Amino acid sequence: MVNSLMEKDLVHNLKKIMGKKLTVTKSKERRIKIETIPENILEVATAIKKLGFDQVMSNGGTDYPDKNLFKLDYHIISVNTKKLRRTVLQLTTHISKDNPSIHTLSNIFPSASYHEQETHENLGIMFEGHPRMERLLLPEDWDDIPPLLKEFKLPGR
Amino acid sequence: MTEQRIGNTFGLDNQVFNSKLVEKEGNRLVLNVGPQHPGSGHFRLIVTIDGDTIVDLKPDPGYVHRGAEKMAEHRTYIQNIPHLERPVIIDSSNILFPYVLTCEQILDVTPPERGEYIRIIMSELNRIISHTYWLSIFGIFLGHSTMFMWPMGDRELFIDLAQSIGGTRVTFSYFIPGGVRNDIPDDFKEKALKTFNYFDKRLIEYEKIFFDNPLVLQRTKGIGILKKQDAIDLGITGPNLRASGVNSDTRKDEPYSKYDTIDFDIPVLKEGDCHSRAKIHLEEMRQSQNIIRQVLDIIPEGPVKHIFRGQMKGEPGEAFSRTEAARGTMFYHIISDGELHPYRVKISVPSFRNLIAMKHLLIGQHIADMPPIYWGLDYWPVEADK
Repeated sequence: MVNSLMEKDLVHNLKKIMGKKLTVTKSKERRIKIETIPENILEVATAIKKLGFDQVMSNGGTDYPDKNLFKLDYHIISVNTKKLRRTVLQLTTHISKDNPSIHTLSNIFPSASYHEQETHENLGIMFEGHPRMERLLLPEDWDDIPPLLKEFKLPGR
Repeated sequence: MTEQRIGNTFGLDNQVFNSKLVEKEGNRLVLNVGPQHPGSGHFRLIVTIDGDTIVDLKPDPGYVHRGAEKMAEHRTYIQNIPHLERPVIIDSSNILFPYVLTCEQILDVTPPERGEYIRIIMSELNRIISHTYWLSIFGIFLGHSTMFMWPMGDRELFIDLAQSIGGTRVTFSYFIPGGVRNDIPDDFKEKALKTFNYFDKRLIEYEKIFFDNPLVLQRTKGIGILKKQDAIDLGITGPNLRASGVNSDTRKDEPYSKYDTIDFDIPVLKEGDCHSRAKIHLEEMRQSQNIIRQVLDIIPEGPVKHIFRGQMKGEPGEAFSRTEAARGTMFYHIISDGELHPYRVKISVPSFRNLIAMKHLLIGQHIADMPPIYWGLDYWPVEADK
Protein backbone atom coordinates (compact mmCIF):
# COMPACT_ATOMS: atom_id res chain seq x y z
CA MET A 1 0.00 0.00 0.00
CA VAL A 2 1.39 3.31 -1.07
CA ASN A 3 1.41 6.01 1.54
CA SER A 4 3.01 9.39 1.88
CA LEU A 5 4.87 8.62 5.11
CA MET A 6 8.21 8.12 3.40
CA GLU A 7 8.06 11.45 1.60
CA LYS A 8 7.31 13.18 4.91
CA ASP A 9 10.36 11.53 6.47
CA LEU A 10 12.55 12.68 3.61
CA VAL A 11 11.31 16.23 3.87
CA HIS A 12 11.86 16.15 7.62
CA ASN A 13 15.46 14.97 7.16
CA LEU A 14 16.18 17.60 4.53
CA LYS A 15 14.81 20.34 6.74
CA LYS A 16 16.91 19.13 9.63
CA ILE A 17 20.10 19.33 7.55
CA MET A 18 19.42 22.50 5.64
CA GLY A 19 17.36 24.52 8.09
CA LYS A 20 16.08 27.71 6.52
CA LYS A 21 18.07 27.27 3.34
CA LEU A 22 15.12 25.61 1.63
CA THR A 23 11.36 25.78 1.61
CA VAL A 24 9.23 22.77 0.99
CA THR A 25 6.37 24.06 -1.09
CA LYS A 26 4.65 20.77 -1.72
CA SER A 27 4.99 17.29 -0.41
CA LYS A 28 2.63 14.48 -1.25
CA GLU A 29 2.65 10.90 -2.39
CA ARG A 30 5.59 10.34 -4.74
CA ARG A 31 6.28 14.05 -5.15
CA ILE A 32 8.45 16.50 -3.23
CA LYS A 33 8.84 20.09 -4.29
CA ILE A 34 11.65 22.11 -2.80
CA GLU A 35 12.52 25.73 -3.35
CA THR A 36 15.80 27.39 -2.57
CA ILE A 37 17.73 30.52 -3.48
CA PRO A 38 20.44 30.23 -6.18
CA GLU A 39 23.28 30.78 -3.70
CA ASN A 40 22.34 27.65 -1.73
CA ILE A 41 21.69 25.32 -4.63
CA LEU A 42 24.99 23.49 -4.34
CA GLU A 43 24.53 22.70 -0.65
CA VAL A 44 20.93 21.61 -1.14
CA ALA A 45 21.86 19.37 -4.06
CA THR A 46 24.63 17.77 -2.02
CA ALA A 47 22.17 17.03 0.77
CA ILE A 48 19.70 15.58 -1.72
CA LYS A 49 22.37 13.30 -3.12
CA LYS A 50 23.26 12.11 0.37
CA LEU A 51 19.65 11.05 0.88
CA GLY A 52 20.03 8.62 -2.01
CA PHE A 53 18.77 10.49 -5.05
CA ASP A 54 21.18 9.73 -7.86
CA GLN A 55 20.01 11.01 -11.25
CA VAL A 56 18.87 14.34 -12.65
CA MET A 57 16.06 13.33 -14.96
CA SER A 58 15.42 16.77 -16.35
CA ASN A 59 16.52 20.35 -16.04
CA GLY A 60 14.52 23.09 -17.64
CA GLY A 61 14.05 26.81 -17.31
CA THR A 62 11.05 29.02 -17.86
CA ASP A 63 11.12 32.68 -18.79
CA TYR A 64 8.88 35.13 -16.89
CA PRO A 65 9.49 38.50 -18.57
CA ASP A 66 6.93 40.33 -16.37
CA LYS A 67 8.70 39.33 -13.17
CA ASN A 68 12.17 39.63 -14.77
CA LEU A 69 12.85 36.08 -13.58
CA PHE A 70 13.89 32.69 -14.78
CA LYS A 71 12.40 29.70 -12.99
CA LEU A 72 14.83 26.80 -13.00
CA ASP A 73 13.64 23.27 -12.25
CA TYR A 74 15.66 20.15 -11.60
CA HIS A 75 13.74 16.88 -11.43
CA ILE A 76 15.79 14.43 -9.46
CA ILE A 77 15.08 10.71 -9.11
CA SER A 78 16.68 7.64 -7.66
CA VAL A 79 17.21 4.48 -9.69
CA ASN A 80 19.36 2.57 -7.23
CA THR A 81 17.72 3.08 -3.83
CA LYS A 82 14.68 0.87 -3.90
CA LYS A 83 12.45 2.77 -1.50
CA LEU A 84 13.13 6.09 -3.26
CA ARG A 85 12.36 4.89 -6.77
CA ARG A 86 8.76 6.03 -6.74
CA THR A 87 9.60 9.59 -5.70
CA VAL A 88 10.40 12.52 -7.96
CA LEU A 89 12.01 15.47 -6.25
CA GLN A 90 11.56 18.83 -7.90
CA LEU A 91 14.23 21.36 -6.98
CA THR A 92 13.21 24.87 -7.98
CA THR A 93 15.02 28.15 -7.87
CA HIS A 94 14.43 31.60 -9.30
CA ILE A 95 17.19 33.54 -11.02
CA SER A 96 17.10 37.22 -11.88
CA LYS A 97 17.28 37.94 -15.59
CA ASP A 98 19.74 40.79 -14.99
CA ASN A 99 22.49 38.37 -14.10
CA PRO A 100 21.30 34.92 -15.14
CA SER A 101 23.99 32.80 -13.58
CA ILE A 102 24.01 29.89 -11.15
CA HIS A 103 26.47 27.23 -10.04
CA THR A 104 26.33 24.04 -12.06
CA LEU A 105 25.15 20.80 -10.48
CA SER A 106 27.06 18.71 -13.02
CA ASN A 107 29.90 18.07 -10.58
CA ILE A 108 27.45 16.57 -8.09
CA PHE A 109 25.14 14.94 -10.63
CA PRO A 110 27.06 14.21 -13.87
CA SER A 111 23.68 13.36 -15.38
CA ALA A 112 22.76 17.07 -15.25
CA SER A 113 25.51 18.16 -17.62
CA TYR A 114 23.78 17.88 -21.02
CA HIS A 115 20.49 19.15 -19.59
CA GLU A 116 22.22 22.26 -18.27
CA GLN A 117 23.93 22.80 -21.59
CA GLU A 118 20.55 22.65 -23.30
CA THR A 119 19.06 25.11 -20.81
CA HIS A 120 22.02 27.42 -21.35
CA GLU A 121 21.53 27.68 -25.10
CA ASN A 122 17.75 27.87 -24.89
CA LEU A 123 17.55 30.61 -22.26
CA GLY A 124 21.01 32.09 -21.88
CA ILE A 125 21.47 31.02 -18.26
CA MET A 126 25.16 30.63 -17.37
CA PHE A 127 26.08 27.58 -15.30
CA GLU A 128 29.31 28.44 -13.50
CA GLY A 129 31.83 25.64 -13.41
CA HIS A 130 30.18 23.69 -16.21
CA PRO A 131 32.81 22.18 -18.51
CA ARG A 132 31.05 23.00 -21.77
CA MET A 133 28.98 26.19 -21.78
CA GLU A 134 28.53 26.14 -25.54
CA ARG A 135 26.08 25.44 -28.33
CA LEU A 136 24.59 21.97 -28.34
CA LEU A 137 21.41 21.56 -30.37
CA LEU A 138 21.07 24.94 -32.07
CA PRO A 139 22.57 25.50 -35.55
CA GLU A 140 26.27 26.35 -35.69
CA ASP A 141 25.50 29.77 -37.19
CA TRP A 142 22.72 30.72 -34.75
CA ASP A 143 23.03 34.47 -34.18
CA ASP A 144 19.67 35.31 -32.62
CA ILE A 145 18.59 35.59 -28.97
CA PRO A 146 18.07 32.28 -27.09
CA PRO A 147 14.92 30.74 -28.59
CA LEU A 148 12.96 29.88 -25.46
CA LEU A 149 12.86 33.49 -24.28
CA LYS A 150 9.32 34.81 -24.57
CA GLU A 151 10.53 37.76 -26.62
CA PHE A 152 11.73 35.37 -29.31
CA LYS A 153 8.80 35.17 -31.70
CA LEU A 154 8.25 32.22 -33.96
CA PRO A 155 8.25 33.29 -37.62
CA GLY A 156 4.69 33.56 -38.89
CA ARG A 157 3.08 33.62 -35.44
CA MET B 1 49.75 18.90 -41.01
CA THR B 2 47.14 18.83 -43.72
CA GLU B 3 43.77 20.33 -43.16
CA GLN B 4 40.64 20.66 -45.24
CA ARG B 5 37.70 22.64 -44.07
CA ILE B 6 34.15 22.20 -45.24
CA GLY B 7 33.59 25.87 -44.50
CA ASN B 8 35.81 26.93 -47.39
CA THR B 9 33.72 25.09 -49.91
CA PHE B 10 30.72 27.24 -49.09
CA GLY B 11 32.68 30.44 -48.65
CA LEU B 12 31.73 30.65 -44.99
CA ASP B 13 33.75 31.93 -42.10
CA ASN B 14 35.91 29.16 -40.71
CA GLN B 15 35.40 30.29 -37.17
CA VAL B 16 31.69 29.86 -37.45
CA PHE B 17 31.79 26.61 -39.37
CA ASN B 18 34.52 24.81 -37.56
CA SER B 19 33.76 21.58 -39.34
CA LYS B 20 37.01 19.91 -40.07
CA LEU B 21 36.68 17.16 -42.61
CA VAL B 22 39.97 15.46 -41.89
CA GLU B 23 42.75 16.78 -39.73
CA LYS B 24 46.02 14.96 -39.25
CA GLU B 25 48.38 15.63 -36.41
CA GLY B 26 51.24 13.20 -36.00
CA ASN B 27 49.64 9.78 -35.73
CA ARG B 28 46.33 11.24 -34.74
CA LEU B 29 43.51 11.62 -37.20
CA VAL B 30 40.27 13.51 -36.63
CA LEU B 31 37.31 11.91 -38.37
CA ASN B 32 33.72 12.96 -38.76
CA VAL B 33 31.29 10.11 -38.42
CA GLY B 34 28.08 11.60 -39.66
CA PRO B 35 25.87 13.56 -39.99
CA GLN B 36 25.30 12.06 -43.41
CA HIS B 37 27.16 8.89 -42.69
CA PRO B 38 24.82 5.93 -43.12
CA GLY B 39 26.12 4.49 -39.86
CA SER B 40 25.12 7.31 -37.54
CA GLY B 41 21.73 8.72 -38.44
CA HIS B 42 21.33 12.49 -38.28
CA PHE B 43 24.09 12.84 -35.80
CA ARG B 44 27.81 13.50 -35.86
CA LEU B 45 30.58 12.01 -33.81
CA ILE B 46 33.89 13.86 -34.08
CA VAL B 47 36.33 11.04 -33.45
CA THR B 48 40.06 11.36 -32.88
CA ILE B 49 41.85 8.13 -33.60
CA ASP B 50 45.40 7.02 -33.03
CA GLY B 51 45.99 4.03 -35.25
CA ASP B 52 42.62 2.34 -34.89
CA THR B 53 42.05 3.29 -31.25
CA ILE B 54 39.64 6.08 -30.36
CA VAL B 55 41.48 8.57 -28.15
CA ASP B 56 38.97 11.40 -28.09
CA LEU B 57 35.37 11.86 -29.06
CA LYS B 58 32.88 14.67 -29.21
CA PRO B 59 29.23 13.99 -29.91
CA ASP B 60 27.56 16.70 -31.97
CA PRO B 61 23.77 16.39 -31.86
CA GLY B 62 21.28 18.93 -33.15
CA TYR B 63 21.03 18.25 -36.89
CA VAL B 64 17.32 17.53 -36.58
CA HIS B 65 16.53 20.03 -33.84
CA ARG B 66 13.19 21.71 -34.61
CA GLY B 67 12.44 23.41 -31.32
CA ALA B 68 9.52 21.17 -30.38
CA GLU B 69 9.29 22.83 -26.95
CA LYS B 70 8.98 26.32 -28.41
CA MET B 71 6.45 25.23 -31.01
CA ALA B 72 4.38 23.53 -28.33
CA GLU B 73 3.88 26.91 -26.64
CA HIS B 74 2.01 28.10 -29.72
CA ARG B 75 -0.36 25.17 -30.03
CA THR B 76 -3.38 24.19 -27.99
CA TYR B 77 -3.33 21.09 -25.81
CA ILE B 78 -5.02 19.06 -28.55
CA GLN B 79 -2.97 20.51 -31.43
CA ASN B 80 0.15 19.45 -29.57
CA ILE B 81 -0.73 15.78 -29.89
CA PRO B 82 0.23 15.28 -33.56
CA HIS B 83 3.06 17.77 -33.06
CA LEU B 84 4.77 16.19 -30.06
CA GLU B 85 4.83 12.65 -31.39
CA ARG B 86 7.07 13.66 -34.30
CA PRO B 87 10.43 13.38 -32.53
CA VAL B 88 10.17 9.64 -32.23
CA ILE B 89 7.77 8.33 -34.80
CA ILE B 90 8.67 4.67 -34.28
CA ASP B 91 7.67 5.00 -30.63
CA SER B 92 4.95 7.59 -31.13
CA SER B 93 2.48 6.42 -28.49
CA ASN B 94 5.09 6.30 -25.77
CA ILE B 95 6.24 9.88 -26.28
CA LEU B 96 2.61 10.99 -25.96
CA PHE B 97 1.90 8.92 -22.88
CA PRO B 98 3.46 11.28 -20.29
CA TYR B 99 2.11 14.26 -22.23
CA VAL B 100 -1.49 13.13 -21.85
CA LEU B 101 -0.93 12.15 -18.22
CA THR B 102 0.43 15.63 -17.50
CA CYS B 103 -2.40 17.30 -19.40
CA GLU B 104 -4.90 15.30 -17.37
CA GLN B 105 -3.45 16.73 -14.17
CA ILE B 106 -3.65 20.27 -15.56
CA LEU B 107 -7.10 19.85 -17.10
CA ASP B 108 -8.27 17.83 -14.09
CA VAL B 109 -9.83 14.86 -15.88
CA THR B 110 -9.62 11.13 -15.27
CA PRO B 111 -9.78 8.72 -18.18
CA PRO B 112 -12.24 5.81 -18.00
CA GLU B 113 -10.79 2.45 -17.02
CA ARG B 114 -11.15 0.91 -20.46
CA GLY B 115 -9.28 3.84 -21.97
CA GLU B 116 -6.40 3.31 -19.57
CA TYR B 117 -6.11 -0.36 -20.47
CA ILE B 118 -6.19 0.40 -24.19
CA ARG B 119 -3.34 2.84 -23.62
CA ILE B 120 -1.28 0.02 -22.17
CA ILE B 121 -2.01 -2.15 -25.22
CA MET B 122 -0.94 0.62 -27.58
CA SER B 123 2.10 1.55 -25.54
CA GLU B 124 3.39 -2.04 -25.46
CA LEU B 125 2.66 -2.56 -29.17
CA ASN B 126 4.75 0.54 -29.82
CA ARG B 127 7.53 -0.82 -27.66
CA ILE B 128 7.66 -3.95 -29.82
CA ILE B 129 7.51 -1.87 -33.02
CA SER B 130 10.40 0.25 -31.78
CA HIS B 131 12.49 -2.67 -30.52
CA THR B 132 12.09 -4.69 -33.74
CA TYR B 133 13.12 -1.64 -35.77
CA TRP B 134 16.15 -1.18 -33.56
CA LEU B 135 17.04 -4.87 -33.76
CA SER B 136 17.05 -4.68 -37.56
CA ILE B 137 19.43 -1.73 -37.58
CA PHE B 138 21.63 -3.33 -34.94
CA GLY B 139 21.76 -6.50 -37.03
CA ILE B 140 22.70 -4.84 -40.28
CA PHE B 141 25.48 -2.82 -38.66
CA LEU B 142 27.01 -6.00 -37.36
CA GLY B 143 26.90 -7.27 -40.95
CA HIS B 144 24.08 -9.70 -40.24
CA SER B 145 21.60 -9.06 -43.02
CA THR B 146 19.18 -11.80 -41.93
CA MET B 147 18.71 -9.96 -38.67
CA PHE B 148 17.88 -6.89 -40.69
CA MET B 149 15.19 -8.58 -42.74
CA TRP B 150 13.49 -10.79 -40.15
CA PRO B 151 12.54 -8.21 -37.53
CA MET B 152 11.72 -5.65 -40.22
CA GLY B 153 9.30 -8.18 -41.74
CA ASP B 154 7.80 -9.24 -38.40
CA ARG B 155 7.44 -5.60 -37.39
CA GLU B 156 4.82 -5.24 -40.14
CA LEU B 157 2.49 -7.58 -38.24
CA PHE B 158 2.63 -5.33 -35.19
CA ILE B 159 2.18 -2.24 -37.33
CA ASP B 160 -0.93 -3.91 -38.78
CA LEU B 161 -2.24 -4.51 -35.27
CA ALA B 162 -1.54 -0.92 -34.24
CA GLN B 163 -3.09 0.30 -37.48
CA SER B 164 -6.29 -1.60 -36.72
CA ILE B 165 -6.50 0.43 -33.50
CA GLY B 166 -5.05 3.81 -34.40
CA GLY B 167 -5.90 4.06 -38.10
CA THR B 168 -2.45 5.05 -39.31
CA ARG B 169 0.73 3.05 -39.54
CA VAL B 170 3.35 5.07 -37.69
CA THR B 171 2.16 8.25 -36.04
CA PHE B 172 -1.13 7.31 -34.46
CA SER B 173 -2.03 10.49 -32.53
CA TYR B 174 -4.12 8.04 -30.60
CA PHE B 175 -3.69 9.15 -27.00
CA ILE B 176 -5.69 12.20 -26.02
CA PRO B 177 -6.15 13.92 -22.65
CA GLY B 178 -9.02 12.00 -21.06
CA GLY B 179 -8.52 8.65 -22.78
CA VAL B 180 -7.91 7.37 -26.26
CA ARG B 181 -9.49 8.45 -29.54
CA ASN B 182 -11.54 5.34 -30.30
CA ASP B 183 -12.21 1.80 -29.13
CA ILE B 184 -10.28 -1.24 -30.32
CA PRO B 185 -11.92 -3.38 -33.04
CA ASP B 186 -13.93 -6.44 -31.97
CA ASP B 187 -11.61 -8.95 -33.61
CA PHE B 188 -8.47 -7.41 -32.12
CA LYS B 189 -7.95 -10.06 -29.45
CA GLU B 190 -8.10 -12.91 -31.95
CA LYS B 191 -5.69 -11.18 -34.35
CA ALA B 192 -3.30 -10.14 -31.62
CA LEU B 193 -3.05 -13.59 -30.06
CA LYS B 194 -2.38 -15.11 -33.47
CA THR B 195 0.45 -12.64 -34.06
CA PHE B 196 1.91 -13.16 -30.59
CA ASN B 197 1.93 -16.94 -30.90
CA TYR B 198 3.78 -16.60 -34.17
CA PHE B 199 6.21 -13.99 -32.80
CA ASP B 200 7.04 -16.11 -29.73
CA LYS B 201 8.40 -18.77 -32.07
CA ARG B 202 10.25 -16.13 -34.06
CA LEU B 203 11.96 -14.76 -30.97
CA ILE B 204 13.45 -18.22 -30.35
CA GLU B 205 14.71 -18.23 -33.92
CA TYR B 206 16.19 -14.76 -33.43
CA GLU B 207 18.13 -16.08 -30.49
CA LYS B 208 19.43 -19.04 -32.43
CA ILE B 209 20.51 -17.16 -35.53
CA PHE B 210 21.71 -13.92 -33.97
CA PHE B 211 22.09 -13.78 -30.23
CA ASP B 212 23.83 -17.15 -29.90
CA ASN B 213 25.74 -16.76 -33.15
CA PRO B 214 29.50 -17.08 -32.46
CA LEU B 215 30.31 -14.19 -34.81
CA VAL B 216 27.84 -11.89 -33.10
CA LEU B 217 29.05 -13.00 -29.68
CA GLN B 218 32.62 -12.14 -30.65
CA ARG B 219 31.62 -8.66 -31.72
CA THR B 220 29.37 -7.87 -28.78
CA LYS B 221 30.41 -9.91 -25.69
CA GLY B 222 32.59 -7.87 -23.38
CA ILE B 223 32.51 -4.86 -25.73
CA GLY B 224 31.55 -1.43 -24.45
CA ILE B 225 31.06 -2.38 -20.82
CA LEU B 226 29.04 0.13 -18.84
CA LYS B 227 29.57 -0.48 -15.13
CA LYS B 228 26.63 -0.28 -12.75
CA GLN B 229 27.82 2.74 -10.78
CA ASP B 230 28.81 4.61 -13.97
CA ALA B 231 25.40 3.97 -15.48
CA ILE B 232 23.72 5.40 -12.38
CA ASP B 233 25.98 8.45 -12.16
CA LEU B 234 25.76 9.32 -15.84
CA GLY B 235 21.98 9.26 -15.74
CA ILE B 236 21.55 6.36 -18.14
CA THR B 237 18.00 5.15 -18.50
CA GLY B 238 15.90 2.36 -19.95
CA PRO B 239 17.24 -0.92 -21.37
CA ASN B 240 20.82 0.41 -21.19
CA LEU B 241 20.49 0.94 -17.44
CA ARG B 242 18.89 -2.45 -16.89
CA ALA B 243 21.65 -4.15 -18.90
CA SER B 244 24.09 -2.77 -16.32
CA GLY B 245 22.35 -4.44 -13.43
CA VAL B 246 20.00 -1.72 -12.16
CA ASN B 247 16.45 -2.93 -11.71
CA SER B 248 14.70 0.32 -12.52
CA ASP B 249 11.64 0.65 -14.72
CA THR B 250 9.04 3.40 -14.32
CA ARG B 251 6.26 0.89 -14.95
CA LYS B 252 7.24 -0.82 -11.68
CA ASP B 253 8.81 2.06 -9.76
CA GLU B 254 5.89 4.41 -10.04
CA PRO B 255 3.08 2.45 -11.69
CA TYR B 256 1.05 4.81 -13.83
CA SER B 257 -2.14 4.04 -15.71
CA LYS B 258 -3.10 0.45 -14.80
CA TYR B 259 0.35 -1.12 -14.77
CA ASP B 260 -0.04 -2.03 -11.09
CA THR B 261 -2.80 -4.50 -11.97
CA ILE B 262 -0.60 -6.47 -14.35
CA ASP B 263 1.96 -9.11 -13.51
CA PHE B 264 5.15 -8.83 -15.54
CA ASP B 265 8.91 -9.06 -15.11
CA ILE B 266 11.61 -6.50 -15.69
CA PRO B 267 14.54 -8.16 -17.43
CA VAL B 268 17.84 -7.18 -15.79
CA LEU B 269 21.33 -8.33 -16.76
CA LYS B 270 24.58 -7.67 -14.96
CA GLU B 271 27.24 -7.62 -17.67
CA GLY B 272 26.58 -4.15 -19.11
CA ASP B 273 28.11 -4.99 -22.49
CA CYS B 274 26.64 -4.68 -25.99
CA HIS B 275 25.33 -8.22 -25.91
CA SER B 276 23.35 -7.75 -22.73
CA ARG B 277 21.96 -4.44 -23.98
CA ALA B 278 20.68 -6.32 -27.03
CA LYS B 279 19.38 -9.21 -24.97
CA ILE B 280 17.33 -6.87 -22.77
CA HIS B 281 15.46 -5.66 -25.83
CA LEU B 282 14.62 -9.24 -26.78
CA GLU B 283 13.29 -10.08 -23.34
CA GLU B 284 11.31 -6.85 -23.19
CA MET B 285 9.48 -7.80 -26.35
CA ARG B 286 8.43 -11.06 -24.66
CA GLN B 287 7.25 -9.14 -21.61
CA SER B 288 5.32 -6.65 -23.74
CA GLN B 289 3.42 -9.50 -25.35
CA ASN B 290 2.80 -10.96 -21.91
CA ILE B 291 1.37 -7.62 -20.76
CA ILE B 292 -0.97 -7.26 -23.74
CA ARG B 293 -2.18 -10.86 -23.32
CA GLN B 294 -3.14 -10.12 -19.71
CA VAL B 295 -4.78 -6.81 -20.58
CA LEU B 296 -6.91 -8.48 -23.24
CA ASP B 297 -8.19 -10.89 -20.60
CA ILE B 298 -9.08 -8.33 -17.95
CA ILE B 299 -10.07 -5.26 -19.96
CA PRO B 300 -13.50 -4.07 -18.82
CA GLU B 301 -16.30 -2.82 -21.06
CA GLY B 302 -17.24 0.84 -21.10
CA PRO B 303 -16.36 4.20 -22.62
CA VAL B 304 -12.79 4.89 -23.75
CA LYS B 305 -12.58 8.64 -23.30
CA HIS B 306 -13.80 11.56 -21.30
CA ILE B 307 -15.76 13.87 -23.61
CA PHE B 308 -14.82 17.53 -23.28
CA ARG B 309 -17.44 20.23 -23.61
CA GLY B 310 -16.17 23.57 -24.84
CA GLN B 311 -12.53 24.55 -24.92
CA MET B 312 -9.74 22.67 -23.24
CA LYS B 313 -8.31 25.19 -20.81
CA GLY B 314 -5.99 24.40 -17.98
CA GLU B 315 -5.89 25.79 -14.47
CA PRO B 316 -2.81 27.94 -13.77
CA GLY B 317 -0.13 25.75 -12.27
CA GLU B 318 2.34 23.08 -13.18
CA ALA B 319 2.42 19.31 -13.49
CA PHE B 320 4.82 16.62 -14.58
CA SER B 321 4.76 12.90 -15.36
CA ARG B 322 7.14 10.20 -16.35
CA THR B 323 6.53 6.94 -18.15
CA GLU B 324 8.65 4.14 -19.51
CA ALA B 325 9.09 4.54 -23.27
CA ALA B 326 10.94 2.06 -25.47
CA ARG B 327 14.30 3.71 -24.78
CA GLY B 328 13.79 4.67 -21.15
CA THR B 329 12.07 7.21 -18.99
CA MET B 330 10.10 9.80 -20.91
CA PHE B 331 9.33 12.92 -18.93
CA TYR B 332 7.13 15.97 -19.44
CA HIS B 333 6.89 19.09 -17.34
CA ILE B 334 4.11 21.46 -18.36
CA ILE B 335 3.47 24.92 -16.93
CA SER B 336 0.05 26.40 -17.57
CA ASP B 337 -1.02 30.01 -17.09
CA GLY B 338 -4.70 29.24 -17.60
CA GLU B 339 -4.67 29.95 -21.33
CA LEU B 340 -5.53 27.71 -24.27
CA HIS B 341 -1.85 27.07 -24.95
CA PRO B 342 0.64 25.71 -22.44
CA TYR B 343 3.01 28.38 -21.11
CA ARG B 344 6.01 26.07 -21.15
CA VAL B 345 6.51 22.46 -22.18
CA LYS B 346 9.70 20.75 -21.08
CA ILE B 347 10.43 17.35 -22.56
CA SER B 348 13.19 15.13 -21.27
CA VAL B 349 13.71 12.23 -23.65
CA PRO B 350 15.66 9.04 -22.97
CA SER B 351 17.97 9.31 -26.00
CA PHE B 352 19.16 12.70 -24.85
CA ARG B 353 19.94 11.29 -21.42
CA ASN B 354 21.82 8.35 -22.94
CA LEU B 355 23.92 10.66 -25.14
CA ILE B 356 26.39 11.10 -22.29
CA ALA B 357 27.29 7.40 -22.43
CA MET B 358 28.76 7.72 -25.89
CA LYS B 359 31.90 9.51 -24.87
CA HIS B 360 32.22 7.34 -21.81
CA LEU B 361 32.01 4.08 -23.74
CA LEU B 362 33.77 4.83 -27.01
CA ILE B 363 37.04 6.34 -25.81
CA GLY B 364 39.71 3.65 -25.74
CA GLN B 365 37.83 1.31 -28.05
CA HIS B 366 38.78 0.19 -31.54
CA ILE B 367 37.11 2.03 -34.37
CA ALA B 368 35.67 -1.31 -35.56
CA ASP B 369 33.76 -1.58 -32.27
CA MET B 370 31.94 1.68 -32.89
CA PRO B 371 28.90 0.18 -34.67
CA PRO B 372 28.00 -2.34 -31.93
CA ILE B 373 28.50 0.25 -29.19
CA TYR B 374 26.79 3.15 -30.94
CA TRP B 375 23.81 1.12 -32.14
CA GLY B 376 23.70 -0.96 -28.99
CA LEU B 377 22.82 2.19 -27.07
CA ASP B 378 19.63 2.52 -29.15
CA TYR B 379 20.26 6.21 -29.66
CA TRP B 380 17.60 7.91 -31.78
CA PRO B 381 18.97 11.30 -32.92
CA VAL B 382 15.58 12.82 -33.75
CA GLU B 383 14.30 12.04 -30.27
CA ALA B 384 17.37 13.53 -28.62
CA ASP B 385 17.28 16.70 -30.73
CA LYS B 386 13.53 17.35 -30.40
